[in-house]
Amino acid sequence: MIQDLSFLFISAVLVNNFVLVQFLGLCPFMGVSGKLETAIGMSAATTFVLTLASVCSYLTNTFILAPLGLEYLQTISFILVIAVVVQFTEMVVHKTSPLLHKVLGVFLPLITTNCAVLGVALLNINKEHNFVESLIFGFGAAAGFSLVLVLFAAMRERLAVADVPKSFQGAAISMVTAGLMSLAFMGFSGLVQL
Amino acid sequence: MSALKKMRKTYKLRGGIHPPENKTQSLQSPIDVLPVMGEIVLPLGMHIGAPAEAIVEVGQTVLKGEMIAKPKGFVSTAIHASTSGTVKAIEHRPIIHASGMTAPCIVIEPDGKDQWTTLTPILNYRQSEKNDLLEHINNSGIAGMGGAGFPSRVKLATDKTIEQLIINGTECEPYITADDILMQERAAEIVEGIEILQHLVNPQETLIGVEDNKPEAINALQAATQGKNIEVVVFPTKYPSGGEKQLIQILTGKEVKSGGLPADVGVVCQNIGSTYAIFRAVKHGEPLISRITTLTGEALTTKKNVEVRLGTSVQQLLDFAGFHASRANRVIAGGPMMGFSIPSLDAPVVKTTNCLLAPESNELPLPPEAQPCIRCGMCSEACPVSLLPQQLYWFAQAKDQEGLKKHHLMDCIECGACSYVCPSNIPLVQYYRASKADIRQTAEDQKKADYAKTRYEARLARIEKEEAEKEAKKQARLKKAAAATTAKEKSEVKAAVERTKAAPAEATDDPVAAAIARAKAKADASPLDKAKDNVASLEKRLKKAQAKLDAAKANNDENLAAFESSLTKLQDKLTTAKAELEKLQGEAPKATPEINTDDPVAAAIARAQASRADGESLSPEDKLNKDIESLTKRIKATETKVAAAKENGDEKAEILESSLTKMQDKLTTAQNELAKLQPAKEAPQAAPAVDENDPVAAAIARAQAKRSGDEALSPEDKLKKDIDGLNKRINATQEKVATAKENGDDKAEILESSLNKMQDKLKAAEAELAKLQPATEKTEDAAATQSHDPNDPVAAAIARAQAKREQSSDLSPEEKREKDIAHLEKRIKLTEEKLSEAKDAGDDKAEILESSLEKLKTKLADLAAAED
Amino acid sequence: MIEFLTENALLAALIALGGLALVFGGILGFASVKFKVEGNPIVDQINDLLPQTQCGQCGFPGCKPYAEAIADGEEINRCPPGGEATIQHLADLLDVEVKPLDAEEKVPSVAFIREAECIGCTKCIQACPVDAILGAAKQMHTVIGSECTGCDLCTDPCPVDCIDMVPIETTMQTWHWDLPKTPAQSQLIATDRKGEVA
Repeated sequence: MIQDLSFLFISAVLVNNFVLVQFLGLCPFMGVSGKLETAIGMSAATTFVLTLASVCSYLTNTFILAPLGLEYLQTISFILVIAVVVQFTEMVVHKTSPLLHKVLGVFLPLITTNCAVLGVALLNINKEHNFVESLIFGFGAAAGFSLVLVLFAAMRERLAVADVPKSFQGAAISMVTAGLMSLAFMGFSGLVQL
Repeated sequence: MSALKKMRKTYKLRGGIHPPENKTQSLQSPIDVLPVMGEIVLPLGMHIGAPAEAIVEVGQTVLKGEMIAKPKGFVSTAIHASTSGTVKAIEHRPIIHASGMTAPCIVIEPDGKDQWTTLTPILNYRQSEKNDLLEHINNSGIAGMGGAGFPSRVKLATDKTIEQLIINGTECEPYITADDILMQERAAEIVEGIEILQHLVNPQETLIGVEDNKPEAINALQAATQGKNIEVVVFPTKYPSGGEKQLIQILTGKEVKSGGLPADVGVVCQNIGSTYAIFRAVKHGEPLISRITTLTGEALTTKKNVEVRLGTSVQQLLDFAGFHASRANRVIAGGPMMGFSIPSLDAPVVKTTNCLLAPESNELPLPPEAQPCIRCGMCSEACPVSLLPQQLYWFAQAKDQEGLKKHHLMDCIECGACSYVCPSNIPLVQYYRASKADIRQTAEDQKKADYAKTRYEARLARIEKEEAEKEAKKQARLKKAAAATTAKEKSEVKAAVERTKAAPAEATDDPVAAAIARAKAKADASPLDKAKDNVASLEKRLKKAQAKLDAAKANNDENLAAFESSLTKLQDKLTTAKAELEKLQGEAPKATPEINTDDPVAAAIARAQASRADGESLSPEDKLNKDIESLTKRIKATETKVAAAKENGDEKAEILESSLTKMQDKLTTAQNELAKLQPAKEAPQAAPAVDENDPVAAAIARAQAKRSGDEALSPEDKLKKDIDGLNKRINATQEKVATAKENGDDKAEILESSLNKMQDKLKAAEAELAKLQPATEKTEDAAATQSHDPNDPVAAAIARAQAKREQSSDLSPEEKREKDIAHLEKRIKLTEEKLSEAKDAGDDKAEILESSLEKLKTKLADLAAAED
Repeated sequence: MIEFLTENALLAALIALGGLALVFGGILGFASVKFKVEGNPIVDQINDLLPQTQCGQCGFPGCKPYAEAIADGEEINRCPPGGEATIQHLADLLDVEVKPLDAEEKVPSVAFIREAECIGCTKCIQACPVDAILGAAKQMHTVIGSECTGCDLCTDPCPVDCIDMVPIETTMQTWHWDLPKTPAQSQLIATDRKGEVA
């Protein structure tokens, strides 16, 4: 049981990394990785939202949609759940850490449309995860997202002052870097077999 | 013994490099003590910290060793004449500084005698106070002679517990041998100097750190320190072991924290040269007027160490050493690692000039052009303070101060090891120096900005305070005026009361006041009293509310609406209260006549009241009167509202105006009805006057008749007033129409129609007046006709009150002007806003608006001028 | 109940979604009351970045008003005393694009009153936002150099034009090394070199 769960976690973090392997949540990955501090803040917020949304959507599906035979409402009700969790998070962050709120800026509400969040919720249903598995899967996905976001931000901080040829400056070099990171993460495939 | 001492554990310096030493060239001959050569130029800022302050004047004769500039502040030190002579000038001269700038210097023309001033050695320094000794050292002008020139007193004046006193004999920089030769030749003196330092800082142990490439110096020192509590510590040669913090680490393993001082870890560090200078100053009383300088480099014929007077020009010193200007590619002050090219050879030798290096081109070639950084990481390996020079380089290029600070640029000691090892020949140290300066500059600017901010805020606060005071004064003035008015009114009421008491018959001036007076005469009638009090307080409150409303209007307050509504409520209340009062007054006499018949006056009053009550029982007339009263009041309120709305350019104005017209119509009908009714009233009114034999009653009747006579004038007056009002309104409306037309407003039409209506009314009123005037004349003669008077006493009273109020408001022309100015300013602002809008919209109204704005401004200016 | 709902799919969908929406709305409503945020701390942050010369060259009467305007969406490139550095900082703070300065960058300077020509009108004293000018009516005025921010606001009101803006000179204390010029070769890519390669 524990082993299965840890495999699930490792798989979500590394092998099936949402950003670099499944290419979900690329918008914040490119958008909020300019500064390490911002990236860490975004990671924290996303981790919170993703875990919570994954659990909430599981509950919604199991206890409301499935008994009523309303599975076709999954997408719309999950979006509702995610939106609420994000809004709630935003309010809390705004109150408790104005600086983080400022740093995250528009990206915090944009977690709503972070496809990784919806992706996790839907994958949980597709893979028929139970409650604990949903929780672990959601948290693992968030941890994977955070890992690559922070790594990427650290690289981009160095790139910002590096002597990049003009034609590669800006988004181009970021894309190249992201591509190389993705290649590197391919190395994790086969680490665990679920 | 010495073998044991050598066994002392030393710590390894991280990073570092091994550049060619090139030290032997200048060690071939002993120190050459040079005589005075030419004029002496002594910069006032030879040390780190505040420049010294000159205490000599031009033309003054000075002796060798005489103080010519005193320290200014704690981090500063004295300057002394290095030979006897005359002060030739105190002026800007080139100095040894990378900027090539000039700095204030004292120039001494030597007299050739080289005559010492009276020296004051402290032979028995162990007996003297620590502070006196430090003062003596500072007054002897001793500053760190290793390169930075930090005043020695500052370092020695620590009150921390010192574990180690470290004497820095490392001299790790290539070419330089000044300390080496000093240690070789004058070890005994140095040791005596160390003993003075020991006395000053009282360390647990004293270490002399010397690199192992100076065997002769080590031998000399070991010989001199025999049997003393001083340890000579030898460690492997490596650049930059001689850095203060590096040496402390090598000898003790202690690391001075970033931004900290050696004293924080219990260490005081002194340079060999400084120690020797301290010995001279204390034991011989000689201030710092000369130093050992290494003259070296292939462009010099004789490479040796010389003891040179401070202030000797570099050029002369080089000439003494056989300088071949053509062969030298530059002259460097200091060593090849941390030194810099001297921009002008006229600059003098100062306390920190430990070496003059004149290399040939092949010896120390100029650095080739920098190549791109290849991130080889050699610089970070060479860095003795564990920084990441390659990363700092990028940050410096990007001017990313945050990044630089995060990567601890401020801990860089600028040793040049990174530049030395860089395969791309990037002048890394230069980047760091510039970036450090930038960071300091930013911090400085930030400090200045914060200061400016506080000053700005202080100024704002001050202005606000001044304004508040002004406002308070104004308020006080207004209050005073108001108080005066109320006092006047009060006294009037009082007078009325008194008059009533004396002769109630005459008390007909103000019906309300009269009523009050009447009521006062009969103190027992408590409900009446209450009602009166109520009315009085309501009136007061109303007045206050009105004042507030006015103020609010003047300030264009947002609460205006609230004020208005509260005012209206108050007015309503007042009306009901008055009605109640009247009712009570009607009832009161009915109950009292029998009781009070003893008193003829009271009786008369009672009778009069009774008669009045009778009249009141004729309710249609009374009702009408009341109606008229309330209508007039409402009209007045609406009028003020309209005025306010107009001032604010509100759209409501029109609606209000229409309602006003309606009300006025109602009033007219009510008045007409009243007029119809009054003939009927005539009979009962006349009756009591005729029936009563009582003289008092007769008097009352007479008085009433008289009043009626006075009032007979009023229809005409009223009409006149109406006409005036109408005229005024017409004028205002005309103006408005004009502006509306200018603005191409569609309100213009509505305004015009209302204007027409008003003009019609005016005409009607004028016609009526014309009709009335002959009639009035007649009325004056015949008192009997008085009862035809359609005018209501209450309305007359109100009119009178209005007149009074107008008078009182006329009493303060200053305030009026202020109000006008405020009003004008408001209009100007409004117009400006409109103008800017129009301009933004590219509207052609803009011109019209501009002209009107100008007009307004001239008006304002006129008013302001009138005020002055 | 459940059977009834499963039979009426449309009603079930409506009730389920409506119920969810209601519950979530309640949660958010509670949160918006509980975590209400007042004030606008960003204005103070912006204000701290501005150079506080209070010169009004941005078109606002002082640095704080400009900070407020920036918070409301005003351009960040209106501050000549702050120069490019301030724009950079503001851009970092607000996460917007760096824009070139909307005016010429000025040399740092201080006001200097030619005292012989001063008529003592006090106009400059009133204009100075940081109270750096000293004087009284009909007395000569002078600028306290260390307090002057070089905002240039006093020069216009002077009726006799006796106020000069004197650039601050570099002294031994303020001099510092310049950044080395980046030589052409340090550009790795040939086409990145300006003017070197046609």
